[in-house]
Amino acid sequence: MQSFDTIVIGAGPNGLAAAQRLASKGAKVLVLEASGAPGGGAGLAHLSYNLDPRVAKSMALAQHGLVWQQTNLATTALGTDGKHLRMQGALGATLSGDVPEKDRAAWAALRTRLLRFAAVLAPLNQMSPPRIAKDAGNPMLRLGMIALKARMMGAREFRELGRIILTNVHDLLDDELSAPLLKGALAFDATLGGWLGPRSPNSVLPWLVRLSGQTAGVQGALGLPKGGMPALGAAMAKSAEAAGVTLHCNARAARIIVEDERVAGVTLADGEEIRARRVVSAIAPKTTLLNLVGPRHLDAGLTTRARHQKSRGGAAKLSLILRALPDFRGADLTDRLLIAGSEHDVERAFNPVKYGRVPEKPGMEIMIPTAHEPGTGGMHRLTAVAQFAPHAPADRDTARAAMLAACMAQLEAHAPGISAMVQSAEILMPYDIEDQYGLPGGQWHAGELSVEQMLFLRPLPGLAQYQGPIPGLWLASAGCHPGGGVSGTPGWNAALAMEAAQ
Amino acid sequence: MTTLRHFETPLLKTSFHPRTEAANKLWSWGNWGGYTTALTFEDLSMEHSAIRNTATVYDLCPMIKYRVEGPDATAYLNRLTIRNAAKLSVGGVHYTAWVNDAGHLLDDGTLFRLAQDRYRICCQERHLNWLLDSGHGFDVTITEETEEIAALSLQGPTSAEILRLGGFGIDGLKPYRMAEFALGDGWLMISRTGFTGDLGYELWTTPDQALALWDRLFAAGALHGLRPIGSDALNIARLEAGFVITGLDFTPADTCLREDRLRSPLELGLGWLIDWDKGHFTGKAALHKQRATGTKWSFVGLEIDGNISAEGAILYHDRKHEIGVITGACWSPILKKNIALAQILTKHLAGVNIWTEIYALRELHYEKLMMVARVVDRPFFNPDRRRATPPGRF
Repeated sequence: MQSFDTIVIGAGPNGLAAAQRLASKGAKVLVLEASGAPGGGAGLAHLSYNLDPRVAKSMALAQHGLVWQQTNLATTALGTDGKHLRMQGALGATLSGDVPEKDRAAWAALRTRLLRFAAVLAPLNQMSPPRIAKDAGNPMLRLGMIALKARMMGAREFRELGRIILTNVHDLLDDELSAPLLKGALAFDATLGGWLGPRSPNSVLPWLVRLSGQTAGVQGALGLPKGGMPALGAAMAKSAEAAGVTLHCNARAARIIVEDERVAGVTLADGEEIRARRVVSAIAPKTTLLNLVGPRHLDAGLTTRARHQKSRGGAAKLSLILRALPDFRGADLTDRLLIAGSEHDVERAFNPVKYGRVPEKPGMEIMIPTAHEPGTGGMHRLTAVAQFAPHAPADRDTARAAMLAACMAQLEAHAPGISAMVQSAEILMPYDIEDQYGLPGGQWHAGELSVEQMLFLRPLPGLAQYQGPIPGLWLASAGCHPGGGVSGTPGWNAALAMEAAQ
Repeated sequence: MTTLRHFETPLLKTSFHPRTEAANKLWSWGNWGGYTTALTFEDLSMEHSAIRNTATVYDLCPMIKYRVEGPDATAYLNRLTIRNAAKLSVGGVHYTAWVNDAGHLLDDGTLFRLAQDRYRICCQERHLNWLLDSGHGFDVTITEETEEIAALSLQGPTSAEILRLGGFGIDGLKPYRMAEFALGDGWLMISRTGFTGDLGYELWTTPDQALALWDRLFAAGALHGLRPIGSDALNIARLEAGFVITGLDFTPADTCLREDRLRSPLELGLGWLIDWDKGHFTGKAALHKQRATGTKWSFVGLEIDGNISAEGAILYHDRKHEIGVITGACWSPILKKNIALAQILTKHLAGVNIWTEIYALRELHYEKLMMVARVVDRPFFNPDRRRATPPGRF
């Protein structure tokens, strides 16, 4: 049997990015994927908003099949009266619809500011988080450049960054804007994939992290690959294999083998043992530490911190097969459609979820892939991310049924007659996402992306440099800095950290 | 006089309180872990003298006790503590310690192996949260049993004879072993352990048997000089034996505020406890690193010139530079020496030119003394009778 020096657990974007980088530098890499196909979270995502340009370039994704259907997708925020708000260009560069003049001007200023702040912070994404220990060997020059660029914005803007960075989305929007549909769309986007509402403390910073991403060189732009997001995962897998990576699907890692207090390989669910001196876990750090390594090989304090790491998912994923194209009161069906009537609607959808209940009117991000590329048999597909959904309700099946009914009611309200077109419907609640994708709590970021779990606190204090607590173990998932999305960034950063450690 | 309400009398009473209260002629009480504890019953010198010449009882009820049981008990304790619990046979007791992830001491204590899968931890501080957190992933049950066990320490040269006279056959009991006996309609567990460094035993039973046990011992010990002692006399004996006390000789890491006060077992002279080959335990990586780089601090026994106790004194090198602090000190009546335990910077471990600054209170005026201190081996006092089996008939 072939031998490997590195095993990567999980063929998601980060696992594939790390594997490709390591293999291209000469390592013999085996990637273990629990499911039947590579891609991981890429199969869950709707759109690309933060694909790492280093990853796209080095992995030559274009040569391995990545073709963009759209690189700057427009958004239509749906009004129930047909008065939609259309946001074109990155982060709503131009607005069309019923928006007051003063809002247009205020939004233009706020939009510029948000993108500017996010751009200042963006270089942090592409490095290991700085350490706060003494003599930590931080890249002071790079950190200094970030600080300098922040300061170079001028006193006024620097002060403004300080003012908003830890505030909440609701207050930020309320300071500047008045149009409910605009505020609703922005509040929805800002909290997408998190476990916080627009009024939750510190909700602005995760939004800035989201806005630091880019598509095809345009910051804040949303990208849709031809064939959907799974095609992006497939391109990454092809690139990794071209670099010499061996990919085993249907190979679920059950344990990380620890011998003499260092990593020695991986035991699969079927009992097979594969030996390697280095194991790179690209699945959630919490799962890696508590389930794959196990408390016996870890210090008690670290085990407790891992158990307490917050990982609550608040998003459900709806998939419909429709017998005809629905009509969202004239909205362009190739747009990303949003149901988020106002910032209050977004907050109200979060309120019951705090207590494990299903909201009456969830917000929704809707995509109709068959509006871009025709489907088979004349059928149409509609997928939606619905927020918010409880990750641990009292009764899972009841909550799932209630969430599906709530989503259908929202759709019917915005596209009358759609219910009658439904051939089949499936909804994945956060706990279903956990079961299918292994993300604890169904959390998109494999651990909440919140201020207290960012930078040197991500995934856990003391483990933020991608190096695991046991020699030979590395952490490279979205649970690591800088977080999730189909970016490949944590995986790439982890590979760089491994190179630096050699 | 009105009756005091419960929050106005926050100190609890131990199972032996009716007897210790009657014996406490000085009415000198202290707070040990929330319990009313005698500091001195009658005469400190006589109480210490009894530890070394006859026999003494000391109320151990406030000692914190945890029961650890289940199929993974041994694995759990090996991850929790720095010593190898698997090497402790059933019926055995060993001294051990536990640390946090950073290798800093949380507490030390004694571990009793009651059965294959059942242990008892006795320690100074409360650690239930740490013990429970450490139990995640282990098939083990941890129970706080401080109130379920009444414990009495019987120490001194005539202690074995008193037990014999009391009807307990302890001749075959070796140091750090335990045996169970019938007591009334209950049980008594006797371990040959103690905190005095002398021949002695610790007696463990249920609270309902406590007073009967006390009375039986005093009936048996009437002609063997048995007397109750308080914490002050015990402190002198433990210093002579060179034992450390959590909270006095080091600050436990979970309550320590100052980063430079944290201490590892290596810095407290407890490195000999660490089993480096037993596999992973909490704090091992940190301790391994510290062992490789060396410790900043060390823990030593000192003999100091003169006869004034150097409690709390600062240590100087060449009478000028601060190099440490004395954490416990006394004039040892048995050795006729001025002894101390101290934290000292490792680079001064060689013990040359060490001075202590002692403030002697002489009729309301402090007199500052600079006395020479010498690093010496611990224990200061270690009599053969402590180890002899069967124990001598004194």
